[in-house]
Order: sequence, then structure tokens, then C-alpha cells
Amino acid sequence: MKTVIVVGNGMVGYKFCEKFIAAPSSNDYKLVVFGEEPRPAYDRVHLSEYFENQDAKALELAPASWYSENGIELITGQRVTDIKNEAKEIHTATGNSYTYDYLVLATGSVPFVPPISGVEKEGVFVYRTIEDLEEMMAYASQIKAIKPNGKAAILGGGLLGLEAGKAVLDMGLEPHVVEFAPKLMPRQLDTRSSNVLRLKLESMGIQVHLSKATNQILGDKVIEGMEFGEDDCLDVDMLIISAGIRPRDELGKTCGLEMGTRGGIVVDNRMQTSAKDIFAIGEVALYNQMIYGLVAPGYEMADVAVNQILGNQEVLMPDDIDMSTKLKLMGVDVASFGTPYMPADKGLSIIFENKTKFLYKRINVSHDGKTLLGGILVGDAADYNILHQMYLNGMALPDNAEELIVGARGEGGSAFGSAMDLPDSAQICSCESVSKGSICSSLLNGESDSLKDIISCTKATTGCGGCKPMVVELVNETLKSMGKEVKDVICEHFEYTRQELYGIVKVKGITSYDEALDKCGHGDGCEVCKPALASIFATIYNDTANKEDVIQDSNDRFLANIQRNGSYSVVPRIPGGEITPDKLIVLGDVAKEYGLYTKITGGQRIDLFGAQLNDLPAIWKKLIAAGFESGHAYGKALRTVKSCVGSTWCRYGMDESVSFAIELEERYKGIRSPHKLKGGVSGCIRECAEARGKDFGVIAVEGGWNLYVCGNGGATPKHAQLLAEQIDNETVIKYLDRFLMYYIRTAAPLMRTAAWLEKLEGGMEQLKKIVVEDSLNIAEELETDMQSLVDKYECEWKQAVENEEIGKRFKHFVNTDDRDDNLVFVPMREQKMPEPWTN
Amino acid sequence: METVFQQYNPVPLEKVTVWFKACHEQDIPKNGGACIKYKNKQIAVYHFQRKQKWYACQNLCPHKMEMVLSRGMIGDSEGIAKVACPMHKKTFSLETGENLNGDLPSIATFPVKLENGFVYIGFSE
Repeated sequence: MKTVIVVGNGMVGYKFCEKFIAAPSSNDYKLVVFGEEPRPAYDRVHLSEYFENQDAKALELAPASWYSENGIELITGQRVTDIKNEAKEIHTATGNSYTYDYLVLATGSVPFVPPISGVEKEGVFVYRTIEDLEEMMAYASQIKAIKPNGKAAILGGGLLGLEAGKAVLDMGLEPHVVEFAPKLMPRQLDTRSSNVLRLKLESMGIQVHLSKATNQILGDKVIEGMEFGEDDCLDVDMLIISAGIRPRDELGKTCGLEMGTRGGIVVDNRMQTSAKDIFAIGEVALYNQMIYGLVAPGYEMADVAVNQILGNQEVLMPDDIDMSTKLKLMGVDVASFGTPYMPADKGLSIIFENKTKFLYKRINVSHDGKTLLGGILVGDAADYNILHQMYLNGMALPDNAEELIVGARGEGGSAFGSAMDLPDSAQICSCESVSKGSICSSLLNGESDSLKDIISCTKATTGCGGCKPMVVELVNETLKSMGKEVKDVICEHFEYTRQELYGIVKVKGITSYDEALDKCGHGDGCEVCKPALASIFATIYNDTANKEDVIQDSNDRFLANIQRNGSYSVVPRIPGGEITPDKLIVLGDVAKEYGLYTKITGGQRIDLFGAQLNDLPAIWKKLIAAGFESGHAYGKALRTVKSCVGSTWCRYGMDESVSFAIELEERYKGIRSPHKLKGGVSGCIRECAEARGKDFGVIAVEGGWNLYVCGNGGATPKHAQLLAEQIDNETVIKYLDRFLMYYIRTAAPLMRTAAWLEKLEGGMEQLKKIVVEDSLNIAEELETDMQSLVDKYECEWKQAVENEEIGKRFKHFVNTDDRDDNLVFVPMREQKMPEPWTN
Repeated sequence: METVFQQYNPVPLEKVTVWFKACHEQDIPKNGGACIKYKNKQIAVYHFQRKQKWYACQNLCPHKMEMVLSRGMIGDSEGIAKVACPMHKKTFSLETGENLNGDLPSIATFPVKLENGFVYIGFSE
């Protein structure tokens, strides 16, 4: 068995492993991987997302267990220091040595730190690893604590620098991007597009300083500013250097490999270095006198190296490497492809610019007008994929080439038809080298029959994700051509999306589930469409769950949450978390009487567990008599509006958060929605109510409330995003009415607000337009609908205990008053719990 | 717990020796289910009013051994009458007892007949 050692466990090193084990002839090899960082390879392209979620696992390309499951020995936290090529041996910093048959260097790069006087000062960072980010975040929060309006500069206005700008914005500091060149992203953009991008960034609060050569970093031990020239300084509290990369090629020097004059290990088109058993791939490899800092060429290099080692010598790196890129910088589309800009003797340009909307589009065509040579898109890169494909495949341009960037406006179509028109050889996913032909044939020959299948068998879209829209289009169009339905329908009984079904129910005035089945569905329904329609009826008519109990999800049917052993929990509403001592005593008395386990919930209320179905009406009768109402903890409905204590007691409070939380909770209680809804109100920016972790959060600031929406905790935590600033109570309610109603109408079943926003075309900007500016002209209708739901509120537990017929639902057996003797509880601390499951 | 599960064996129509008068037709919600007790057994009974059919099965879900199937939502999957357990939405055919979305053991089903507005369930013991 031969040994292949891979030095470096970054994105390209990982890709090498993935491709290597997938190759059929790799069984005769043992793969050993060294990584210097403490964790397995992660997605550096999306590093700035770490600021939003701080979830290193989410960025991981594969968990540590993946390596062992595939027979790969992964050694992290160990640096390789030396190569002895004659002995085919490497040495590590800890003094161990390993022998190899083939060595693959994927050591990547380090950030380039320009030799500026003072870069060693405290508060100067580089932007490359998760550890870098963690240090930056810790430092930023120290600054914010003493200086709420602190500033951070980013040295370098390239791709990575702008990503770092987003990171600074997320950290809550004022970002300043400092670039040596007279334009942003000098490799990808021309001057005009750079100006458009600059305007957009400045509108978002990112200051841009161009043509600035930094002479020195000011400050004593700690950075206080940057000096560019005489009388030209910028005060900053922090600096992030993102001025390019330098290959980590030290290992190449230790064994005398041929190096480039400015660094990098020289490789040929087999990725072979000057020593035949040593390969170099990724940002350490100097190919065609170039270091390629993009992920797609790195992946291609990994593929070539795998094939060369396994003896497929015909797989070679192409001479020309496509450097096209598309990315979203702080929500702004920026893309460039082919030759983005060129002098007029090389080609002619068609340029569209609209600074009022921060839009810029440029395409370069050959003098005969037949070939697309490249282009730039800023502000709207929806057409990037197709333009890029036209460029790569040398497809003929239409007669009016300008239609490619301006023609489609207002007609809803696009000048170049669909991705289906591309040749089969067109590479759709460049990260994973997936062609149009391989996607379509996999569907046509029956290997796959959904987007999910395609992604799992071709890995398309799993790299940068930029090709997703095209892959979706190809899958849908191909399936359609095969006569298959591809709509996101509710289930086999209703061939509509939830939003369509909502429209049908409303227009046709359908009021019961059976009527819906008769008029627009078929069969007997199922556990998916029944609660979906129940939720739609609730939205349109505000029926409580009592009206048609058999179509409700089990929890709604019994107005309580079913627990592990089939017992139920009881959660009365405690609006805003405010409760009187008398009511607390009632809760205690009821819990004692029925032997219930009690716990404070995360939503500032009290949960009583272990109630038997038979006892629910009696328990609720007592609670209702004491003035409690249903807390709807069992429903896809508003749960709680959490509050901090606010200005009534808190010495920092800016406004009465408890009063407002109660008002909001009382307003939206009982309203059914596609998923549960949670709210929060904080009395100041210390945010004790954790309002930004909720579907809607309100935070008191100078001059009013800031309203945030679409956050959640749960499995994939998301911070809520700012919808409106410094607004009064009335406006908060107005916007919330519109936002909630729009969500309730348009979301898919069981889709929370954060996921819904992600799917909403145009994202937060679009939501602001709809809610704040009323761009769809539906605000009044949304408000009226919401008001009518609010007016029709009824406590469904009150209905249930007052109506004998409803009360019958809670009998465990319909033919005897016996209780369920299958329920077993065991003692725990001073209370009880269900007997644990044994399987 | 295993022993509880073993108490429930399917009863084909020809093996019925006892027709137990379980409840009144109106005790079972239309297009829904409820639980009845026979000796020490818990039996879920469902009324598919849309197609005028009745089904009965064990109340015990074989997934986590909880007595909950009568509280599940009913419906059909490609025409086969089914129930979804309220705990984790495991679905079972009410015609054969087979688990439709996994590989859990089948549940026991029982014949049901209606006479003079009463629901009778067939047992062999």
C-alpha cells in the first residue's frame, strides 16, 4: 500500500481528499492529512458568516468523523516543518516524522502584511482564519464597551477587504475601507462600476477611502489612527489588513523545489513540482506565473493532482483559467467575468449605469459584434450565470446585444431564453465541475428525480452556491419536459402551494375542510394538508381550533402539548411575563392538586407538565376562573412577547418595555400562523429581552423604538434584522400588523419568519419596501385583515370548558371513565417525570 | 414494554369470535378517532365519514410504546386509509397495519361493524 501525505487541510486540501477517496483506484493508497489549524477544513469563502452565527460547525466542510469513516488519517494542530525528499520523509514541529510515496502541498497562503511602520501595534489584525475572527470580535467588543461609536479600518478594497467590511459592520463598529488603488476591487471592476459600488457602500454606512498609501500606523502601543500623508490621517480604533495573499511556500524551500521569484511553488499542468513525487495545489502553487486566489481553480488543481497520482495522466490543468466571480457583498451583487474591462482596440463595450439605483452593467463584445468577451455587473447580477455561460461557450450574441443587459426590463422575460439553451458541455457548477449535460442526463435516465437528488449525486451548488438558480432551472425544466410536476405542492391531496390554497379558500369562501377537499382537492386528506388548511381557515376567519378539531394537529386538537408519555402540558398566557402574586398562588395550587411538574419556560411563563387528558378541562376551568387564558403553547401561533423590566424599574431603561410587550402580546394572541411566532421588547440596547432572537423584536432607543424582524433561536439561530428605526408605538404596531399578515399569507407550512425572509425575493430590502413604503399597495388590506383577526379573538380554552360537547373530546376512553393506566411517572428531584423511553 | 406490544395481535374477520359493543356511533368524531377499552386493551377507532368506512387498531404506537394512536390525524396515502401518530408522525395503514413511512413493526388492526347506531369491534378472545 502506498502513502499519500497531504500537507494542509484548507478548502483545496479537503477537496483533494474528497476527490481522492471517490476515485475507484484509490483503495491501494493510504491518505494522511496534516492541518495546522485546530479544526478540520472549513469554508473560508463564507467566513464572514461566522460573524452572524458564530457557528464554526456550520462552516465545516466535513466533520472530523468523515475523515476516519473514509479511512483518512487526519492530524490537526500539527505543523509540518521540513521535507526530506531523498528519504521521502516529512518532519513535524512536534518532532515526529512520516514517510510518503507522494506528497501533496496544499498549504495555501497567509495574508500579506505590507511593511508599514507600526503594524505590530495592538488592534491590528489580519482576516483569514476563524481564530483571527474570534480575536477581532473580542477586541471589537472591548472597544464598543468604552466607545460605542468606535471605528475600524480595513486595509485593502479587494474582494476579501469588502467581506471584512461586512464583518466590521456586523460587529457594530463604523467601517472604513482604505484602498491604495484609485478603485475598489481593482482586479474585477472598472472605474465606473467601482464608483457605483462605492456609492452603494457609503449609503450603507461604509466609508471608502481610495488612492491612499498608508505611511504609518499611529498610536502608542495601541492603534489610534492611520497616516496617509501630510495632514492626512484617519482616526481608527482597529485595523484589519486584507491587502492580498502570499503563498505559504516555506516547505518548498526546505527541499529545494523550484520557486517563483515572488514566491509560490512552481508547478506544471500536472500540478507536479520540480520533484516528481511532490505536487502543489491551491494558493501555494504558481501556475502560468500566477497564484490563483479563487476556490474554483484550486478545486480543479486538486482534481488534476488526484488523477495524476492515480495514473490518469491525460487529466491536465487547462492553459486558460477562468477568473470570473460573482458574489454578494453585504447584500449587493457584484460580478465580473471574462475580460471585465479592456482598451477599445480589443473590443467594444455596452454600458448601462443608473446611480440612483446603484446599478451598473457592462458587457464587452468583439469588434464584429458576435462574441462576448467579458463584463461587469454591480447591483443586479441575476443574469450573471447565463452571461458567463455565453462567454465560456462562445455562444453567438443576439443582433441587439444591448438587450442582454437592458432588454428584459418590463417584459418579464430575458433576451437569452433559459439555461436549457446552453450546450450540454456548458459547465454549470464551476466549483464542482458539473456540466449541464450531466445534470440533465441524470434526470433523463432516471438516476435522479429531484433537485435534492441532483445535489447529492453531482455535488452541484455545494461550493460557492452561485449556480443554484441555474441548477434549479435546469432541474425544473428537464422534469417538466419529461411531463413531471415540479410544483412545491402541499401534499398528494392538494396540488397547490400554501399561498395558492390561501387564495382559493378566500376567493371561493371555503369554510370547512371537507368543502376544500370537494372543491379543490381529492382523497381523504392527511396529516400535512389538514393542519395547513386549519391554519388558513384561522387566518381568514380566525376560527379557533375548536371549530373543526379533527383537522387540527394533535396538540391543537387537545389544546395542549403532548409530552413524552402521552400526558400533556398546561401553559397559561402570562403576557410580557408579568404576573401577580395571587395568580402565582393559583398556579401553585392547581399544580399541587393535580400533581404537576412545574418549570419556568424560556418565554417567561410557567409550564405545568404531566396532566392527564381527562384532567385538562378541570385544570383549565380553575385557571380560567382565576383570570388566566390559553397560552397557545400548543399552536402554530404567537407564543410570548418576552420583555425586560424596562424604564418602570430599571435605571437604564429608555421606555416601558413591559407595558409595550403586554400590549403586543394581547394584540396578536391566538392568531394562527404558518409556524410559531415569538416576540420580544427590550427597554434599552442592552437587550435583556433578547428581542433580536425573535420573529419580531422591539428595542427602545433615543427617540422611539427600533423594530427588528425575522430572527429566531432554535437549530439555526438568526438575528432579527432592522426593519425601521426610531418609530413610535403606533407605527410599531402598524408595521407589525403588515409584516405579520404578509408572512402569514405567503409563507409555506412550518416555515418560520427567518427562513421565509431568506426565500423572499429581494430579501430585507424588499420587505422594507412592502412593509414601510407599501410598494405593493396592500398595506391597508393587511392592516384591516389583522385588525379583524384581533377583534375576533376568543380564548379557545374558555370555549372548551364552557361547552359540554367540546369537553367530551378530553376523555381518554369513550366507553368508560377509566383513566389511562399506561401512564407511568417516576420521581425526580422534588417532582416527577415520565418514565424514560426504553427504545 | 415489549410485553404490552405483544398483547395486540391482528384479528382477521374470519377469526372473530366476539363482537364487542364498544360505543355509540356518535362517540367517535367524524373523520377522526377516539379510544375505547376492551378488557385491559386500548383500541383506537376511526370513522372515515367521507367514504363511510370504519377502522380499528391498537392504540399503542410501536415507535415509543405510547398509547396515543387514537389521537392521531387520519387520511389516506394513495387511497390507503392511514393514521399518523401524534408523537412523531409515524404513519400506519389502517387496512394492513403496515408502517408506511419507516420500518417499524406493523400494528394490529381489528374488524369493525355498525348495527343500530352502535360500533362493534371484532376480537378472537
